[in-house]
Amino acid sequence: MSSIRGSRGAEMTMTTDQNTPAPALDIDALSVSFATDGGTLHALKDVSFSVPKGRITGIVGESGCGKSTLINAILGLLADNGEVTGGAIRLGESADITKLTPRQMRDLRGLQISTVFQDPMGALNPVLSVGKQMRDIQYRSNLSKREKDARSVEMLRQVRIPDPEKRLTQYPHEFSGGMKQRVAIAMALMMRPQLLIADEPTTALDATLEVATIELLKELQQEIGCAVLFISHHLGVIAELCDDMIVMYAGEVVEQGSVRQIFRNPSHPYTRALLDCDPARLHERVKHLPTIPGTLPDLRNRPKGCVFQARCALAKPECGQPVTSVEVTPGHIARCIRTNEVTA
Amino acid sequence: MFAYAMRRLGLGATIILVAMMILFSMIYLIPGDPASVALGPRATPEMIAELRSRMGLDDPVLVQFWNFVSSAVQGNLGVEALSGRPVLTVVMEQLPFTLAMVLCSITWAVLLGIPLGCIAAVKRGGFVDRVIGVLSVAVIAVPSFVVAIYALLLFAVHLKWLPAIGAGESGNLKSQLMALILPSLAVGLGWIGYIARLVRASMLETLEAGHIRTARAFGLPERWIIYNYALRIAILPTVTLLGVGIGHMLSSSVFAEIVFARPGIGKLVYEAISTRNYPLVTGAVLVTTAFFVLVNVLADLVIGLLDPRVRASFN
Repeated sequence: MSSIRGSRGAEMTMTTDQNTPAPALDIDALSVSFATDGGTLHALKDVSFSVPKGRITGIVGESGCGKSTLINAILGLLADNGEVTGGAIRLGESADITKLTPRQMRDLRGLQISTVFQDPMGALNPVLSVGKQMRDIQYRSNLSKREKDARSVEMLRQVRIPDPEKRLTQYPHEFSGGMKQRVAIAMALMMRPQLLIADEPTTALDATLEVATIELLKELQQEIGCAVLFISHHLGVIAELCDDMIVMYAGEVVEQGSVRQIFRNPSHPYTRALLDCDPARLHERVKHLPTIPGTLPDLRNRPKGCVFQARCALAKPECGQPVTSVEVTPGHIARCIRTNEVTA
Repeated sequence: MFAYAMRRLGLGATIILVAMMILFSMIYLIPGDPASVALGPRATPEMIAELRSRMGLDDPVLVQFWNFVSSAVQGNLGVEALSGRPVLTVVMEQLPFTLAMVLCSITWAVLLGIPLGCIAAVKRGGFVDRVIGVLSVAVIAVPSFVVAIYALLLFAVHLKWLPAIGAGESGNLKSQLMALILPSLAVGLGWIGYIARLVRASMLETLEAGHIRTARAFGLPERWIIYNYALRIAILPTVTLLGVGIGHMLSSSVFAEIVFARPGIGKLVYEAISTRNYPLVTGAVLVTTAFFVLVNVLADLVIGLLDPRVRASFN
């Protein structure tokens, strides 16, 4: 489904193809930078991928790889010093949403795109009752207060909050962390969005709750039929939940494909390093957990060529040349010039 | 909420008791014998001794303190030294003038300070923010009596828009309100600055919170987010500040009432101190302390109403 989009022409043939419906989210060569005191920080560079309708796409990457910037760019909520410097974001059949006015962008949020954020403790307003907050996000509907509350109760019941009528009158501090996250999921899905962005929704939860929350999310996603962009640094969760995945490093997509393709045949050295570092995949006792040596490059002066070369065990002088993406198998793309010789 | 209110009231009562103790010790320790002061230089030792025993000054300290507290609780603050009228009556006659002025000052501070703070936070770093910042610091820095004198010169003497002195004709609400404008502005002006700064700071902090991001991600209108979602939280420190600020405004009322020749507690205390009318000083200070404590209990209750987490922590 995904394609290498070196040129606009190739992209056009994709969308005009009668057999492939437009994806729920299509990001094309997106670049975002921030003006900082130390110079322009290029947080995202040439990010291209799409989330097909009704499927779950996972994004993995370490802290600082641009996951949050990507979410904020999609939501149109970049900080004041941030700017989309190139590329396009399309939502379903719509035109490029980076060109929308703030007002038009706001009309999409909560209706077409919903978000569940990482920190369930801080995601709800502490001084307003849960019912009031759930009612407020339905402000665009013409329902009466009572009808809105009935919708909220129904949603809370769907995410298996016991005694939802009573819960509506309570405040966030009266809910446990897992319950708050389920309330957040209920709120995000209430308007039946086309796209749900889940920003590490289970990171702050303990392991048993994590599994339950993921199962709930999957179940609701199938019922509503929305596409999900699921951000996580937990590879096990991605493997469990997602259909497709994207590996990001320093603001670039280094590898993308189906979960099966990437886990079976990780083709970018960074992906392989990331998989090697996953404690769940260790088979014997080790004294020190494996890490990737080195640190993220300075995003104000991005390296020429491959962005991972400084930390890559396989780097050679050619890695300083501009990188082209390599298709490993159909739909599985790695942004590394040595892809084929390494995986072969 | 009831348990919370009861606890706050209990704490308030304790503070008043401590205040009484301090007041009592101060009177007790002040050099000079109230009986001889009251009787004047030509009193005979017998007359002084007789008044001393009538005033209870010969009793042991603890008995005197107990008498002071128990009669104060019953509303008996003694009689003032000069006219012999009950202190409570005299204080209560003056209290409304001061309360009206303090209330009016708070109104200035809240009505101007909160919106200015919000605007500064929303336009952070911009021209408007900087102008509000400079003005806020300026009004905090200028002493109130300077504001009072210049406001008097400009609006009363030069422009003749507002009365210069007095509290207005009794029974004429408009004239009373006109007479309130200048003194309350002089007392409240600095507080506009304080509140604008505080609201700006707590607003900026609140706008960074995750739940504001959630509200934005759900497409709620920005104005709604600021006034219904963020301000409800950002206002909490201001409520506490106002509770404390009332004490400050009560003491500012001394100068304001003198400069503007208004009746009120401040003027009463000033005159009572000049004439060494100690029962009146004690009574007036006790009443204002009680009022101050009451306002702070109220501020705590308002915070409990606004913030469910505070209520929960007391249940």
